[in-house]
This record gives sequence, C-alpha cells and structure tokens, in this order.
Amino acid sequence: MSEEQQKPSLEKGATADAAPEADKAVPAQRPETGERLLEVTGMRKYFPINGGFVFQRRVGDVRAVDGIDFHIDKGEALGMVGESGCGKSTTGRLVTRLLEPTDGKVAYAGQDITHASRRQLAPIRSEIQMIFQDPYASLNPRQTVGNIISAPMEINGINPTGGREKRVRELLETVGLNPEHYNRFPHEFSGGQRQRIGVARALSVNPKLIVADEPVSALDVSIQAQVVNLLQQVQKELGIAFLFIAHDLAIVRHFSQRIAVMYLGKIVEIGDRESIYVKPRHPYTHALLSAAPEADPDDKGRERIRLAGDVPSPINPPSGCRFRTRCWKAQDLCADEEPPLIQLGGSSEGHLTACHFPEEPTVTARAEDIILDPALAGAEEAADKTL
Amino acid sequence: MLRFLTRRVLGAAVILVLISLVTYLLFFALPSDPALLSCGKNCTPSNIAQIHKNLGLDKPIIVQWWDYLIGIFGGRHLPLGNCPAPCFGLSFNNQTPVWALLKDRYPTTLSLAIGGSFIFLVVGVGLGLVSAWKQGSVFDRAASSVSLLGQSVQIYFIGPLAIYLLSYKLGWLNRGQDPSWGAHPGSSLTGLVLPCLVMSVIFWSNYSRQTRSLMVEQLSEEHVRTARAKGMGSRYVFLRYALRGAMGPIITIFGIDLGSVFGGAIITEATFGLHGLGNLAVSAVTQQDLPLEMGVMLIGATSIVIFNIIVDACYALIDPRIRLA
Amino acid sequence: MTTVTKPDPAPKDPVSTDPFLSVRDLYVRFATEDGTVKAVDGLSFDLERGETLGIVGESGSGKSVTNLAILGLHNPRNTTIAGEIMLDGQELTGASNRTLERLRGNKMAMIFQDSLTALSPYYTVGRQIAEPFMKHTGASKREGRARAIEMLARVGIPQPQTRVDDFPHQFSGGMRQRAMIALALVCDPELVIADEPTTALDVTVQAQILDLLKDLQQETGTSIILITHDLGVIANTADKVVVMYAGRAVERGTTREILKAPEHPYAWGLLSSIPRLTADVDVPLSPIPGTPPSLLNPPSGCPFHPRCAFVEKVGGDRCSTERPQLPDGRGSACHLTTEQKRDIFIEQIQPRLR
Repeated sequence: MSEEQQKPSLEKGATADAAPEADKAVPAQRPETGERLLEVTGMRKYFPINGGFVFQRRVGDVRAVDGIDFHIDKGEALGMVGESGCGKSTTGRLVTRLLEPTDGKVAYAGQDITHASRRQLAPIRSEIQMIFQDPYASLNPRQTVGNIISAPMEINGINPTGGREKRVRELLETVGLNPEHYNRFPHEFSGGQRQRIGVARALSVNPKLIVADEPVSALDVSIQAQVVNLLQQVQKELGIAFLFIAHDLAIVRHFSQRIAVMYLGKIVEIGDRESIYVKPRHPYTHALLSAAPEADPDDKGRERIRLAGDVPSPINPPSGCRFRTRCWKAQDLCADEEPPLIQLGGSSEGHLTACHFPEEPTVTARAEDIILDPALAGAEEAADKTL
Repeated sequence: MLRFLTRRVLGAAVILVLISLVTYLLFFALPSDPALLSCGKNCTPSNIAQIHKNLGLDKPIIVQWWDYLIGIFGGRHLPLGNCPAPCFGLSFNNQTPVWALLKDRYPTTLSLAIGGSFIFLVVGVGLGLVSAWKQGSVFDRAASSVSLLGQSVQIYFIGPLAIYLLSYKLGWLNRGQDPSWGAHPGSSLTGLVLPCLVMSVIFWSNYSRQTRSLMVEQLSEEHVRTARAKGMGSRYVFLRYALRGAMGPIITIFGIDLGSVFGGAIITEATFGLHGLGNLAVSAVTQQDLPLEMGVMLIGATSIVIFNIIVDACYALIDPRIRLA
Repeated sequence: MTTVTKPDPAPKDPVSTDPFLSVRDLYVRFATEDGTVKAVDGLSFDLERGETLGIVGESGSGKSVTNLAILGLHNPRNTTIAGEIMLDGQELTGASNRTLERLRGNKMAMIFQDSLTALSPYYTVGRQIAEPFMKHTGASKREGRARAIEMLARVGIPQPQTRVDDFPHQFSGGMRQRAMIALALVCDPELVIADEPTTALDVTVQAQILDLLKDLQQETGTSIILITHDLGVIANTADKVVVMYAGRAVERGTTREILKAPEHPYAWGLLSSIPRLTADVDVPLSPIPGTPPSLLNPPSGCPFHPRCAFVEKVGGDRCSTERPQLPDGRGSACHLTTEQKRDIFIEQIQPRLR
C-alpha cells in the first residue's frame, strides 16, 4: 500500500470528523513547523508515593522520567533503549498523552499538547497511535478483529470511502493477515498474528507517529523478525514516524535511524545510529553494548564491561550523574554536578552525551576488561592466578 | 506492627462512633414512642412529657446521642437510676443497666462463635487438605459430597436432630447449656461441644472446597516446584510451602465470614435454648426495648471490628510481603 | 553407564565412554482436555562432566519439559514419560520418588527463570538456601545458615550476613537471580539445569549472571544444561548445542558449528531472523514464515516442513511423510543431502548473517 492510496482516505476522514467538533478538528490545516513532528523539552513525570500515619499524604516520588529533551522528525524512527525502570515506557505514554507530564513541554506538530484536555487532544489522538508489548492483554477478547481495528476510526469519527469494513479488510491485508478473518476473535490468533492486529489497529486512522512499546519482546524469536519487518515496511512505505521503545539493542539498531539511551529517567546519550553503536561516548552506552548477547562465538573484538549490581531505585536516585554509582570513571564531580546533555568534542553533529568523563569513541576491546562485579572479579582473579 | 494496630484501632473507633450515630438515629426515627409503652392505660399528655423528661427524650436527638456516647465512657446519672460506665443506658423493661445484661449474655455467644469457628476451621481446612493431597481419590469425592450436604442443611434442622441422636439416644454429648467459665469450666466445655459442632456444619463445605482449590493452585506455583527441585519431601513441601501460601486467603475468607459466624451463633442459641446475645436481642426487639437493642447492636459491631483487626494482623504475620503501616 | 544391567539396552548407541548424563529416546506426553500433547518426542542427547550443553528452542519446543522430566518434577497425574535418562549410571525415568528426592538439589539442581515466583515469598532467602543443604548433608540449622551466607557471598551478594535474613521481595531482580543460583549450587551439584536463567533480567545484569555461572562452573566442574531461546546467550557460555523444534532435536553440534555452519533449515531461520549489532541495517531480516506448530497435532513427517523453504529441494512428499532421523554426534534431522545443506548455507544463508 503506497502513500498515494493513503492520502484520500485521510482527507476523507478529516472532513467526516468535522461534524461534532467543527471548530477543532481540521488536522490537515494545522501549522507545520519545518520537519519537526514531535518536540519534547524538559519533560518530567513523577508518580507520587503516598503514606502516613492516619491521613495519607505524599511522602515521595517515583521519578520515572526526570527532565528529558528529544525530538522526532517526520517519517523518522527514534529508538529508545534502556533497562527496566529507566522510564522508556513512561516516556511513550507521556508522548501519546496517556499520561500527563508533571513538568516540561510536549509539542506535536508545533502545538503544545502537554496539558491539553481531552477535547483539545481529540484531533491529535488519531495521528499518534500506540502499539503495545503484550499482544494478549492489549486486545479485547470479546471483540471481533473487525471491531478492534475499526474502533479508532469510530472513536475519531472517521468514515473512509467504501466504509470502515472495507478499510479494515485492506488493513488486514497490509499487515499480512487474511481479510476473511474480519469476524474472528483474538484468541483464534497466535502471538505474532495478534501483534499484526495491533499494528492494523494503529494504522487504521492513518497516524503520523506510532509509539511502539516493546512491540516484539513478548514474541518468539522466529516471529519477532516478521513483526519487525512489518513495522519497517509500514515506516518506509507510509512515511510514519516511530518512537521505538525496546531493550534489545540489536533490534533497536536495526529499526531506528536515531537512538536515545535512557538511564534512571534521563537520556544519557542520543545520536544517530552510527554514532551510538560505533562511537559511543557515555560509559553506560559502552556497558550496554558490551553486554548485549551476540550469536557469534568469535565475538572477541568487543570490549568487555561487567557492571556491578542493579539499577538504583528511581525513588531516591543518586545525586549528580545518576550512573555514577555503577561507573568506573566516577569522581567527586559526578556526585556534585549533573552533567548536561551536550555535543562533545569529537562527536558528530546531533550526537549528545551527558557525561563529565566520556569514553573514547570506539567499542573495540580494551587492554583490560572492566569487571566491576566483585564476585566476578574475584573469580577471574583466582582463575588468572591458576593459569 | 504497633503502628498498624494503633492506626486500625483508631479507625475502628471512628467506625463504631459512626455506627452508633446511625443506629441511634434509625431507632429514634421509628414511629413508636417509647413513652407510650411505659405509660400504661391512664396516659395523659403530662404523663408522657414527664416520661420523656425521665428518659431524656425531650432533648434534640443529636444531644441525646452525644450524652449516650459520653455515657459509654463516663457513666451517667439517669432520672430512673444510676448507670455506671460503660453505660449503654437502662433497659426500658426492667430499668437494669444494659451493660449488666450484655455482660451476662456475651460469654455464651462468644464461646459459641469461637468454638464453632475452631471446629469448622479444623474440619473444613482438614478435609480440604486431605482432598488436595489425594486429588481425585475416593476420599476426595466423598468429602466433597458430604460437605455439600452440610452446606444445604440448616442449624434449626440438624440442631434438634443432633440433640436427639447424639445426646438423647446415644448419650455421647451433653445437650447444650450456658457456659459459666469461672465457676464450672469443665461442664461449660462439654455443654458447648454439641452446639458448636452443629453451628460449624454449615461452614464445612465452603472451607473444605476453598482449601482444596487453594492448595491445588498453590501446588502448581513455581515456588512450590522449586522446593521440590531442592529435594524436599512431598509432605514437607505440601505443609510448609503450599499450605503456607493457602493460609492467607483462608484467613481472609474467615474475616469476611465473621458476620455470618455471629449470626450462626445467634440461631444456634435459639435452637439449643441457650441464653446469649441472640436471645437477648430477640426479646429486646419484641419488647421494643430500644437501649437494649442499641447495646446488642453495638457489642456485635464491636466484636466484628475487633476480630477483623486480628485477622488482618494474622495475615501480615503470615505474609512478609504485606507491610503494616 | 553399564547398560548390561538394563533389560532393554539401546542397541543403536554403541558408546565406548559413558557420558555423565545420557538421555535416550525420551518421550513426554501430557493428557489435556483437548487431547494428548506430545511435548517431547524421541529426544536423545549426552552431556559430559564439566561441560555446558545449550538447548535452544522457542516456546513449546519441549526444552523446559525435558529438563523437568530429568528432575522428575512433572505432574505424574497427567504426564507419561518413556525412554531412558541415565545420570552417572543411574536410571532416572523409573526411579522412585525417594531416590529422586535424594538426588534433587544434591546431585542435580535447577535454576529457574523467574526468581520472583520461583522463590517462596514466605521464607527468608537464607532459609530457602539452607534447607536443601540441611536435608542432604544433615547439617544443623547453624551450619545451614553459615553455608547460606557463604553461598550468598560467593554469588556476589553484598553484606551476606544481613541479607541472609531478607525475604526474596526485598532483593532486586539481579540479586534474586543470584540467590537462586546460590540455592542451586548449595550442595555442589554435579548437574545444574538452568532454565532461561537470564531471560527476566536486564541486559547488563544478564551479562553479569552468565559470566558468574561460567566462572562458578570452572571452579566446581559442574555440568550445565542451559535452556534458552536466545542464541546470543549460548554463544559465549555453551560448549555444545541441541536445537529443538516441536518436541524434537533437529540439530546437534558444537556451539561454533551451530552458530557458524548450521545445517538445519530451522537453525538457518533462527539465525537469519535475529538482527546483529554489526549487520547491515538496510538488509531486512529474514523471518521464518508461519507459526510454531501445535503439539496436540504436530505436522507429519518433518515437523518443520510447513514452514520450510527447501521442501522442494528434497522432492516428492518425503518431508511430509517421512520423519528425518537425527544422527548421533554432529548432524541435523533433515532430508536434504549433506551437499545440498552445505551449498544452500553458503549461497543463501551465510550472506544474510553478516
């Protein structure tokens, strides 16, 4: 399905949508500023923790996202990687405004949607769609596939030419499912097929931005590639921008032109694919890359970094640089001062790093492995002695 | 734990005060005027006014309730006589303090409730455990049919039947009598066995079925599998790992059932002719003895609230993941 | 293995040296409401002392079931097991529960995937680690506790003297998985079965845990069976690999052979469907079409034939009628000839892998 085919149905949708909310719903005429589709500045999301003796009061916050800046251009895929609790999923939900940011600004196509009301969001909702991780939990088991996929059109009041059913059948074909399956229920499909249904649902309203939150991590290896290819085809052929959230570094690299690395609610490094994967500067990016399992027994050329312990709690994150508690280069400065996310000397354009003591821009093996885990270090020292 | 208890007790106090207010308002919204009842045949408006004054009914209801609440803690001097703390008022019927009546009757009901609960927990949980251990066996199927039978009978049906068989015909058990724990602990115990047993029967099936399904669920839990993978014996795994996991939900169900337990105790009293709160409540209602009704109501509510706190505390002791705060 | 004592020795297995663990023609079937699930269908493999065997497969390939069967942890009510499992000369398939209890946690131990659900929430970590030690060695409570502290220190838990009294939910995910490893290793088992030991963990923690397992193995000489769906996990940890599909082993070889020169179309599919950190991003991934089969009603002949792109090369209906055999040692269960496999791999598969 090409972009030309998509265009008419989008405009059709726009006019049909105008009936109930004529004043707001004119998405085609919204001002476009350059190439930026989404611009996020200083975005924060704190989830309050309540406690107290007799009366509940706020005793702390989970700082899920703590002041991040990024942008996504039209048709571009931004990958977001990080470990559990780094705030990448929350970021996805903030961008789609399933959650409201505590602070900062989210602008979609030049329009500030940070605190937009339901009413104000209505015309934008159809342009930003989401694909979820769990293909079992994210589809209503009591609805037919046809109903599930046409629901966003219904909610947004979109009536494509030829009717919604025709559009749904087209979409089923686009995502590689049989259009005859219109009346089936989700439980009749496998995990990979369900994820295709999720993709079809997101595509039904011709979105300009899709937030995909771990779209393949619940799937079997042989199925993951099917869904990744489908998403890639969608991205390229329909020119849809993606915020691709995943923990698998190789899949993110395969899918995204630019990549943001998150750690404890912060973006520690962001840049284009080449910069991040070949010339990373932040120690955490180095650690992540060196830990990524590769199906290659001759993988000796990579540097080997083994961190100690787990990610600290986002309730009480370390002062200054958040990675310092697990970093081999940390000094006093790191605890006192938070490093800004800036372009370092030697980094390419648009490659930003938040580190006081950045690493050399290479991922080849070091003279000495960095082993911070005490148990590992002890065992390896013992092994070295016996040799 | 202390923090939790303080918090729960404070919360319970608020709830009880609210219950007392609501019941007070409800009772006094009733169309019958207590003064008319005690006024007799030659009733004149001045008599009624006098009785109103004696009973304190001439004041606004909210003031009456407040006096009542204060009286519970500080005692009151009522025109009809002295009422030491805790004062739940004087019974309209014979002008004795309600608290004295409650104190007299409460042991019977409490003993029935505790004894009955003990029996149905032992029998119900025990049946459930054996059924879960021998899933699909003859015992499993027999236990489920027997306990189902237990659930479908009523106390007032099996009560007389049990008295006839176990007491009158076989002479195994005492036919039931009020306990007086201080004077005759031995006969108090034997006198309660039959009523407690009868009362417990209706709870057997629920607890055996719940226990069985909880245990079956627990036995397929991963941590139970880990225990087996460690080489621990099947009985050890069953009792130490699976049962431990099933205990929390069983206690929760018990907490929810507390109301029915007290209700069951009251019906059992009536069936066995025992003199407990139920008996007292019935006579209070028939004689429209408002202070007595209030007293029974509040003591019942207080018992349930207190037992619920105990149940929650037990839950926290069983499951270390529950943080008491 | 002294097959002489067995009334029915496997005749096609002329082993000269006895492997430490030998699984021969293992069948595991579950009775369900919908029918019989053929979870493991004629599986054979060997494991030497001190060696790590990777078992790779997707969900439903039978890899976890196999290992539950070795430990005898399946539910006897609905499971039937046939075949032979010999551990150090001892037959396990028909062994009594008492025998198995003595071996479990002692000679053979298991590390489970999700340490949050696999550890009991009701007992302290220390008690859970000490229990098997006390049971199998007859140690006292005090000795058990000391051993638990020692084990926690060995797997890299900071302040083991105080953490020993913590409950599992007070540990972070990585720490819990370390505790799980401590629990498995507490009696110095000779066989450790690790079922997706790092799947629930973050990337950096996964690397720590895998390296730790490898180091501990070097120290103790334990044999490890590492079950995973992730080819990246086995690359640096396993010596030999068995690839499973639909309850059967479809390919067997050293890790290098499986990753560098795989022979079975399913292994090709697996390798070319995972992206690599250094691969050309403009080349799309080559997924395996279709979905894994239902084990209630697995495909006839070769179970992979409905998804296989090379059925025509074999010709006729051989793939759908005749079950290909997996030879002993290096090999794959596929009807393609050795030359065909080599040619297809070099011409079509290898270019995709780099």
